[in-house]
Amino acid sequence: MAELDIVKEENLVYKKTKLLTKKQLSYCPGCGHGVVHRMVMEVVDELGIQSETIGIAPVGCSVLAYEFMDIDMQQAAHGRAPALATAIKRLMPEKYVFTYQGDGDLAAIGTAETIHSCNRGENFLIIFINNGIYGMTGGQMAPTTLPGMKTSTSPYGRDVKLMGNPLKITEIVAQLPGTYYVTRQSVHTPANVRKTKKAILKSFEYQKQQKGTCLVEIVSNCNSGWKMTPLQSNKWLEENMLPFYPLGDLKVPKE
Amino acid sequence: MKELRLMKGNEAIAEAAIRAGADGYFGYPITPQSEVIEYLMAQKPHERTGMVVLQAESEVAAINMVYGGACCGKKVMTSSSSPGISLKQEGISYIAGAELPCLVVNVVRGGPGLGTIQPAQSDYFQSTKGGGHGDYRLLVLAPASVQEMFDFVKIGFDLAFKYRNPTMILSDGAIGQMMEKVELSEQIPRRTNEEVVKTCPWATTGKTPNRERNIITSLDLDSANQEKRVLRLRDKYKKMQEDEVRFEKIKCDDAEYLLVAYGSSARICQKTIEIARKKGIKVGLLRPITLFPFPSKQINEMAKQVKGILSVEMSLGQMVEDVKLAVCGKVKVEHFGRCGGIIPAPEEILEALQKQIIGG
Ligand SMILES: Cc1ncc(C[n+]2csc(CCOP(=O)(O)OP(=O)(O)O)c2C)c(N)n1
Ligand code: SF4
Repeated sequence: MAELDIVKEENLVYKKTKLLTKKQLSYCPGCGHGVVHRMVMEVVDELGIQSETIGIAPVGCSVLAYEFMDIDMQQAAHGRAPALATAIKRLMPEKYVFTYQGDGDLAAIGTAETIHSCNRGENFLIIFINNGIYGMTGGQMAPTTLPGMKTSTSPYGRDVKLMGNPLKITEIVAQLPGTYYVTRQSVHTPANVRKTKKAILKSFEYQKQQKGTCLVEIVSNCNSGWKMTPLQSNKWLEENMLPFYPLGDLKVPKE
Repeated sequence: MKELRLMKGNEAIAEAAIRAGADGYFGYPITPQSEVIEYLMAQKPHERTGMVVLQAESEVAAINMVYGGACCGKKVMTSSSSPGISLKQEGISYIAGAELPCLVVNVVRGGPGLGTIQPAQSDYFQSTKGGGHGDYRLLVLAPASVQEMFDFVKIGFDLAFKYRNPTMILSDGAIGQMMEKVELSEQIPRRTNEEVVKTCPWATTGKTPNRERNIITSLDLDSANQEKRVLRLRDKYKKMQEDEVRFEKIKCDDAEYLLVAYGSSARICQKTIEIARKKGIKVGLLRPITLFPFPSKQINEMAKQVKGILSVEMSLGQMVEDVKLAVCGKVKVEHFGRCGGIIPAPEEILEALQKQIIGG
């Protein structure tokens, strides 16, 4: 059978998500950002909330997230997405609001905005892509960079004595009374992708109940910044990132 | 019937915001303007009109809350004083770049740095020449009384929405703190979500099936597009310069000498004029009400009539540069100012006029 015969509408198991635009993704092939974009848009589509959802793009590789997601979106200054989200949700509490942020955005320049919006219990979802590095600016050290990990600003590996320790911001946020659901997931295998999607879906459903902030950390790769092939990077992620950033729920609602 | 009240300048700003139908105020305390948020919290505007008031964790967060709300087409504002406004500059630049309406109030204190909590006018450059990064301008209104603190809030919001540009009320600690009689205007109802969608079709209110998605950003990686964006802003600023100049002339008809001053300084200059005229010196005052757009044409006109101009400011001399540009060498322009939180006395302004302009 020729290949073209197989690629028929009725044989396709996996199609382009309706709410992703036709624009070609600007991410490096193999990068987790693209997969997460898809998850978020699938959830918005399945819940039928396209007209009620407002997303906020960060500064970082996903600065152009609004080019790919077919919903109303705002682009924030580096780290400030939770402040924008706070105002949107306070002024239009009936809408679904999410921020999409990298580790540099959320855990470095935006630490204050992140902690305070979580502590106030603002009713929106924070999607936090932790790839342990600044992707967009060319692979510098992030607060989440692992001890010993090489980056362009820690070329001999992160020396915690000189450069400080990795910041487990998700663990901190989970301690705050304002958060409702805090979880750490990944998208490096199909099974993990499914779990991540479930976490995002749950967060949108919780948002309706106005119970507080939901944060989904997604441990992801940056094959370019890590200077690896996509496959190598996913293996490296499993062997190095996950022992330091263990997957699973950090805070679940008491049903 | 007229509703009159004795109020502080800062309280007038807060009451005016509620009555202008503002949707949200986001701020962080700093002297000498903390009464704005204190008054708002005490008034429970959420019960009066549904207006949201939130004390943010910092000025940076506050202005970015304003940014988020402005994206949604809401009438949102913040207030602060000099060091706080410096922190807000990142956000103000983004709001100007994304072409959004909002109101920012600066009740200026002396600087640089932590400076003093006493009044000053040393943020003129920062307010009228950009302040944050990039090629942008704010509409800047300079009140000289508590009544104007009240009135300029509605005018400020109207201008902000007309041009989709941030408006700043540039006041100072003296006007913020002093008490005067204020005539209050009636409550304007807040717009409903439906009205916002209708009047601000660009706002991120949720993509409905009958329109394209709305995206608000100041980013354009394509230089050609970015240049277009900046040129569009320039055209907007030109339009403001043609249509929005506001100023007041006092005793200018027969004036041989001119004082140019705004805000608190302008109030003091009026006393100077009284004293001077008693001595037979014919002095007038031109008070810029909009600092951007600046009343350059009007000052240029006056330069044809007078023998010299003194720019009076509570700073080392900032507005004087714009006065000189306006006068274009026609007559002598000098600056007189006190700084560090000191308010000049009417007599010392007259003395400066006599020494630097009349005698000099
Ligand atoms: C105020 C400010 N400081 C610095 C930058 C430069 N900058 C752009 S992206 C970035 C790091 C982003 O890293 P991260 O949030 O981890 O996202 P990633 O690119 O890895 O997806 C930095 C420092 C900026 N745009 N604005
Ligand atoms: S630089 Fe890294 S984070 Fe950015 S798109 Fe490429 S792989 Fe993804």
